[in-house]
Amino acid sequence: MVEKKHIVTAFDEDLTTLNDMMARMGALAETQLFASTEALIARNPSDLDDIIKRDKELDDLEAVLNEKVIEIIALRAPRAVDLRRVIVALKVASTLERIGDLAKNIAKRNKVILDTTLKTQTLPSIRTMTSMVLKMLNQALDAYIDVDALTALNVMEADIEVDKLNTVVFQSLIEEMSYDPGQLKIGPHLLFVAKNIERIGDHITAIAEQIYFLHHGEMPDQDRPKADRSSSIALS
Amino acid sequence: MKRDGDMMLSTPKIKSSGIIVEYDGKRALHGIDLDIYPNEVTALIGPSGCGKSTFLRCINRMNDVIDNCKVSGRLMIDDTDVYDPEIDVVELRARVGMVFQKPNPFPKSIYDNVAYGPRIHGLTENKDDMDRIVKKSLKRAGLWDEVSERLDDKALGLSGGQQQRLCIARAIAVNPDILLMDEPCSALDPIATSIIEELINELRERFTIVIVTHSMQQAARVSQKTGYFHLGNIIEYGETNDIFTRPQNEQTEAYISGRIG
Repeated sequence: MVEKKHIVTAFDEDLTTLNDMMARMGALAETQLFASTEALIARNPSDLDDIIKRDKELDDLEAVLNEKVIEIIALRAPRAVDLRRVIVALKVASTLERIGDLAKNIAKRNKVILDTTLKTQTLPSIRTMTSMVLKMLNQALDAYIDVDALTALNVMEADIEVDKLNTVVFQSLIEEMSYDPGQLKIGPHLLFVAKNIERIGDHITAIAEQIYFLHHGEMPDQDRPKADRSSSIALS
Repeated sequence: MKRDGDMMLSTPKIKSSGIIVEYDGKRALHGIDLDIYPNEVTALIGPSGCGKSTFLRCINRMNDVIDNCKVSGRLMIDDTDVYDPEIDVVELRARVGMVFQKPNPFPKSIYDNVAYGPRIHGLTENKDDMDRIVKKSLKRAGLWDEVSERLDDKALGLSGGQQQRLCIARAIAVNPDILLMDEPCSALDPIATSIIEELINELRERFTIVIVTHSMQQAARVSQKTGYFHLGNIIEYGETNDIFTRPQNEQTEAYISGRIG
């Protein structure tokens, strides 16, 4: 969607600033998520401390972005696509902040996991899940800047595969814990790590829905199939 | 582009079909099709020279007074063809009141300003009846409490906002169906503007109101329907809420979001 420039150039500058802030938040959320899983794979607990500390930066960026949105609404009285852009910015920023919270939670759990001997076979799958949601996040952030509804729909589709993989990881972890009770020390944390990544996928899907709304002025009406079956799995 | 939707559910009060206006042979309106519904406020917006005021003036044939102005097409108010050669234009203008950009009270008393219309239209000869009409009109215009003790004072001594409300009282004193407003608040301060906007909202219970405004915020605040005019055409017409949140036409989008002047 190519938009003409506003007559009041300061309005365009405000919207550019908003996009820049969003890009910074998005990049930080990506980094946090990537680093939280990589530190587990590389068995590097000091990186996890950095992730936990850095979460505040994301909180602070969200606060600044909120102020900017309020300023734009008060001073520019945005209408139509401009109004949608600032409202969507508010919601996407809030979602990115939550993704940051989940990445921080993953980091905290990974610290506990790294204190023990890892015997699980699920790490490659958890790493794959992270790669999948990182790709979704990257595409969603580009689609936000370009107001690209088609890419947003693709991002929503991609979440189904994340859900499926989470179900597989859940099943595997339950089985590992049943065969080796020693795994009970870290198994629940790994379950939450996988679940957090799956939740991040859901949040990115919510961002994609907002991008669709930004473009079309209405929410996508399709009923998205849910592929996360972990909530109905019991030990057999 | 028009969105019909629920508009089809009620009968239009004003129905414009292919209205063309030419000044000295130059077209100002290129064939306007527009249905305006009763007891609603319809806002006409668009850049200067787009034809919105020209269209407004077609509704009560104010364009008749402009030399070399030719109107063609069909404009109906209920079952009345406004451009029927047999029509009494004075009667039409009693039925279709108008309020202008700049308050224009007569240099007479407050009372006489409101009584003027009923007198020339012969609505009453009786003093008590006239007093009632004046009081009712001033009350409906939200001015009664401010002027009831000084009805014989000069109207020109009122503030701008009060003068504009007096003009609204004058317009509604002859009991019209329709009120046309051509930028009624552009000469008023924000407080007086808010009072007029609140009044417009109350008046729509009794009247069909068509307002031309340069203030898009005002159109958004007071109207139920909005029509966007550009270069003598109506580009988009629909529910005000839709026009200001998700217009369907790119030109409308560009105008309301401040991308073209």
